Amino acid sequence: MNSVISRILFVFSACIFMYGCKVDDGSLQQPSYPINPNVFIDGFSGGMDYYAFAGSDVYAFDLDYQTTYGNSEASMRFYVPDFDAAAGSYAGGVFVAPGGRDFSPFTALTFYMKASRSATIDVLGFGNDQGDFPTNVAFEGGVPVNTNWQKYYVPIPDPSKVTAETILLRFAEGPENNEGYTFWIDEAKFEDIGTFSNPVASIMGGENIVQLAYDGIDVGIEDVSYSVNLPNGVDQSYTIASTYFDLQSSNEDVVRITPSNEIDIVGEGSALIRGFINGVEAEGTLTLNILGSLDPAPTPAYDPANVISVFSDVYDNVPVDFYNGYWEPFQTTTSEDFVINNDNVLNYVNFNFVGTQFSNPTIDASAMTHLHLDVFIPGAVQSGTSLTLIIRDFGPDGQDGGGDDTDITASFNSSTLVQGAWNSLDIPIAGMANKSALGLLIYEGSSLPNFYADNIFFYN
Amino acid sequence: MNSIMKKFKSIYIVYVCIGLLSASLVGCQKEEGVQILPERNYVLVWSDEFDGSAGELVDSSNWSYDIGRGVDGWGNQELQFYRDVADNVSLDGEGNLAITARNTPFGGAPFTSGRVKTKGLVSAQYGRIEARVKLPYGPGLWPAFWMLGSNIDNVGWPQCGEIDILEYRGQEPYVTYGSVHGPGYSGGESIGSPFYLSNDRFDKEFHVFAIEWGENYIEYYVDGIRYQTVTPEDVDGEWVFNQPFYVLFNVAVGGTFVGFPTSGTPWPQTMLVDYIRVYEEQ
Repeated sequence: MNSVISRILFVFSACIFMYGCKVDDGSLQQPSYPINPNVFIDGFSGGMDYYAFAGSDVYAFDLDYQTTYGNSEASMRFYVPDFDAAAGSYAGGVFVAPGGRDFSPFTALTFYMKASRSATIDVLGFGNDQGDFPTNVAFEGGVPVNTNWQKYYVPIPDPSKVTAETILLRFAEGPENNEGYTFWIDEAKFEDIGTFSNPVASIMGGENIVQLAYDGIDVGIEDVSYSVNLPNGVDQSYTIASTYFDLQSSNEDVVRITPSNEIDIVGEGSALIRGFINGVEAEGTLTLNILGSLDPAPTPAYDPANVISVFSDVYDNVPVDFYNGYWEPFQTTTSEDFVINNDNVLNYVNFNFVGTQFSNPTIDASAMTHLHLDVFIPGAVQSGTSLTLIIRDFGPDGQDGGGDDTDITASFNSSTLVQGAWNSLDIPIAGMANKSALGLLIYEGSSLPNFYADNIFFYN
Repeated sequence: MNSIMKKFKSIYIVYVCIGLLSASLVGCQKEEGVQILPERNYVLVWSDEFDGSAGELVDSSNWSYDIGRGVDGWGNQELQFYRDVADNVSLDGEGNLAITARNTPFGGAPFTSGRVKTKGLVSAQYGRIEARVKLPYGPGLWPAFWMLGSNIDNVGWPQCGEIDILEYRGQEPYVTYGSVHGPGYSGGESIGSPFYLSNDRFDKEFHVFAIEWGENYIEYYVDGIRYQTVTPEDVDGEWVFNQPFYVLFNVAVGGTFVGFPTSGTPWPQTMLVDYIRVYEEQ
């Protein structure tokens, strides 16, 4: 590690959180930030810091003076560790301009990149992905790289919204087939690219989604994407922050869009939400039907002596590691939990799968016969809608994995589930071979983008 | 529109330099009005404005079709089957001819597309031949606006001559090519030049492609900017352009000039032609 890096290498496990706060403070109020397009040309542009992500190999990034694009002085080199490497399981971090920069004159982050082998880099892009006004853009599904220098483009869907950007480059990459390798980035800068065409944006997965909504429960546009045709004639898709969309409500008596582009429920009725980027309408819509306030889930009446509770306001809950493990990179589920009538409710949004872990300690459910939970589905229940619950016993080692785990699985579909009411689900566990070290409850689903959950407990 | 890849390849670097130079020069010339063009008194003698209802076929008094796969992919190892159906060639109802290439297998070919020509119906010798065109995009797309000598059935190609007013590779949507083919300078030995847009591309808006053609000269224009003049001194063989030619529009898929489409090629792809106009000098 050379002296330049040692000056700029700081490792904060909570760096994203910190910078999320910073952007919040200044992005909307302060009128002018410096316009400096350069990220890394022959070295870093002024005043930049590098922060490695928690759990990554903090020495994964360095400068390289040998392998450079176009004989430039230096490039950025990234060592991706091998699987199970002691120093960290992946390479990942952000390059930060702490004071923020105005990128509104530009339309894309561009850079040249090559690698020691063909690979797909999991996360590559720019922008803050936290706070009230995220600006993140990254290649959807990762970006292929090979052993030749190639130019890459990360478009800014609406440059007028990127006036105080702090995160100039963001990356995360794990080993390929368990093998580490090296990739290089050079000549990274923001540019006004006139050779993009045919931008296409979508919200709600491009579908026309209808769902129930309630005052006091956050609802937003989900499953957004953006694509442009690149200068080589090929369409490229990107994941983008939903804040790039300007929203419109068809009925301001029911739903208003706040100045910060959030959906505000103000009355009962129906409203159609449409999204626009730079005046171009996105594919997909969200129709919200607001019927009143949400009725709480039925209050459970089991004797507390016969209950082991994971999530409930009626019973004391056991220690829970998390109600959403945010298992990357394939989980899309986020949490928008809420409180209604002093009752806490889990709210899983953009749901594909999610896990709740209770491993410290694990639950001894030897005396229990069922798992109970109440599920509320605000969206449509279709013929393909399903919710599957997997209850996992961690076995003698008390840990997830290790070859001694056992699962039981229960699935519910449209013959059981109904829209707009609490579905009380009871899953028998009496026949479960091992239930003395339960550690994990996994939810999987299809055609079920959003549900609320409450009163999750084992009982006899 | 026979393959000119070889020639372009062999002098590609030179062309890139010229192209970049001309693009920057042209920018200045356009803004400052430096490019002094000949003032010719042209009178419109024929046009097709492509007005009509969406899905309507082209005017059969002006156009006929080439159909099928041709010999060796129309001489260029092209991959499409040309059809005479509205899915591939029709008016769009907004005043344009739409030639659409689709990744729909037909007749043993993996793609369908369209190619129309005025052969035997309309021909021109000299004058200004212009079309306003919005191009498709994507690797492997090869649209063209071009002319062939009306005597092709008697003397064959390349003796009949070929004037390519517009060619383009969908994977390079910011550059078009103009060229001539004739005896001794056909295929890879054709004579031509590229025209580059500066930080822009040809599939976003319509652009006007034209030649101004007279005895012993052909001038090539994009959006009123002359970027190339070809005369008998430039060709390594007989000058075969002092005779009538007919017009063709087509969208080829694949072939020697453009290479294969890729998994990233978006489908379908449409070339829109707002009009073709032929002027004679008075």
